[in-house]
Amino acid sequence: MTIVNAVVQGIFLGAFYAVLACGLSIMFGVMRVINLAHGDIAVLGAYVVFVIVQSTGMSPLVAFVVALPVMILLGYVLQLTVLERSLKSGILTPLLATFGLSIVIQNLLLISFSPDVRSLGGNAGAITTSSWQVTGGLSVSALGMVILVMAVLLFGALQLFLSSTRAGWMMRATAEDADAAELVGIDSRGVYARATALAVAIAALGGLFLAIRSVFDPVSGPTQLIFAFEAVVIGGMGSLWGTLLGGLALGVAQTLGAHINPEYSALTGHLLFLAVLIVRFGGGRLSLRMAR
Amino acid sequence: MRVQRWTGTSRAFTGATIAIAALLGTVPLLFEADVVQRLTNLLILVLLAAMWNALAGYGGLLSVGQQAFIGIGAYGTVFFAGLGVSPYPAMLLATLVAGVISVPISLFALRLRAAQFAIGMWVIAEVISILVRLDQNLGAGTGISLIQLNQYAPNFRQAYTFWLALGFTVIFLSALFFLLRSPLGVSLQAIRDDEDAARSLGVHVAARKRLLFVLAGFGCGAAGVLIGANTLFIEPGSIFSVQWSAYMIFMVLVGGLGTFEGPILGAILLFGIQTTFTQGGPWYLVGLGATAALFALALPRGIWGTIEERLGLRLLPVGYRVVEMKSEERTV
Repeated sequence: MTIVNAVVQGIFLGAFYAVLACGLSIMFGVMRVINLAHGDIAVLGAYVVFVIVQSTGMSPLVAFVVALPVMILLGYVLQLTVLERSLKSGILTPLLATFGLSIVIQNLLLISFSPDVRSLGGNAGAITTSSWQVTGGLSVSALGMVILVMAVLLFGALQLFLSSTRAGWMMRATAEDADAAELVGIDSRGVYARATALAVAIAALGGLFLAIRSVFDPVSGPTQLIFAFEAVVIGGMGSLWGTLLGGLALGVAQTLGAHINPEYSALTGHLLFLAVLIVRFGGGRLSLRMAR
Repeated sequence: MRVQRWTGTSRAFTGATIAIAALLGTVPLLFEADVVQRLTNLLILVLLAAMWNALAGYGGLLSVGQQAFIGIGAYGTVFFAGLGVSPYPAMLLATLVAGVISVPISLFALRLRAAQFAIGMWVIAEVISILVRLDQNLGAGTGISLIQLNQYAPNFRQAYTFWLALGFTVIFLSALFFLLRSPLGVSLQAIRDDEDAARSLGVHVAARKRLLFVLAGFGCGAAGVLIGANTLFIEPGSIFSVQWSAYMIFMVLVGGLGTFEGPILGAILLFGIQTTFTQGGPWYLVGLGATAALFALALPRGIWGTIEERLGLRLLPVGYRVVEMKSEERTV
């Protein structure tokens, strides 16, 4: 029964990873870029919400809606100042530039907010404490359910956006072939800027969930980036629904690891990620070579 | 037209570099222990920068996980010293282990491209870090002292460590220098300039990259050994920290990605910055991160690459260049 519980908790945890990974997946899908500052942007989002909650006493969810325009604007600025330039100069430049950005964000947060560990769990009301005891060994927390439902709704909304809106078609066309999209009159700069803004906004949602379900500090970003990237890779790079499944798989791997020994939590997630990479990129070619 | 490798300047400078390396050997005899310790740090930075540049500058492999080998080097020393091996031989063994471990890792990691390689290496470093944390004999999460080094008087210990650092730096930089000048090096520089074009000309890209990866594994392992010996205490949180990658990226980007001299310049600059801002602190890191990002975007060849381009200066020549012949030569 406790294994079932570990799997259920893993699905809740995984829904959170899927939200974190969603923005990363969008940016990779549209621009073929991995933003190494993605985790730090999520944490920055958590701090923006934190500041609003502290100064107004709003509920974190309302504060997130208030913070949203700020984060969207930040996404546009990020695209126009850093990413657009780096996209033109090879595959390594975006990685180098966003890695530098990651260090800048972490340390600016450290300067502004001190290294103290924070949480919004206490501000979110009954949602963080209530849970249903299904049977003796299995309990379903309200927060876990909320995050899971919101993750599924988020991915569903994105699917709808990409498949049945004009802006979504333009995004898919640009992702497929930016030059060809330009030929039929799609402004790829605008599409890239919108994709980044969308990715940053969703990262902030991930930051909100991080802040409510556990704790965060200025240097939480890199860990969130690693987990988000693992979710993207496990699900298959460039596939949106794959990212949701990848997040769930990562979450389950971590809680199953923690079920064996609490210290194995991150380890089993990493091992799943490496195993997926080996199977996808290593195994096939190795067996080919042996067959020759 | 004539193809030329050496110039008068480069001959003089290469000679001067050898002389400087020889002169550095006398540092422990002339200076106080704390100066020696700081210069050991400088050598570690030079070594790290050169190794990261070998990967990224020539192999196009951007690793955010070289701290894996730094940690293996440092913890390897503790491990072998714990088995009763004398400390300095333990350091050589640990370097060897880091280099050898890089071979199986390369089989896997080199199949990944760009971001997958970068973060894949980071995850490998995380996994090794977690495994160390789980091992009580290696001090688990709290760290461990290299007590075996206490058998030497501090002055002697500092001198030995400095000489070891100098030896490692000379060996690994010379290895890279001669590698880049050899026929193999020409293919490495071709990969640096355009991987697909190099492959279409018949360059065995994967084997060349493996060579660089293993060299960097040895080199970063050696740097880790030196870091442990220089600080006498290691803990997983700092030795496996991604901050090492940040330093390496800063030094190489500012100095000059894909140039031989650039990373050395970058290391000296970082050393200067670290000596000036001894407090460290977040503003200093904000400056490092912002500078690295700016260089990546605006000056991708770094300081040295730009100087080389503008002035045609070659100090430690690893490439060739074409020059106009003088009229008297033409008649010969």
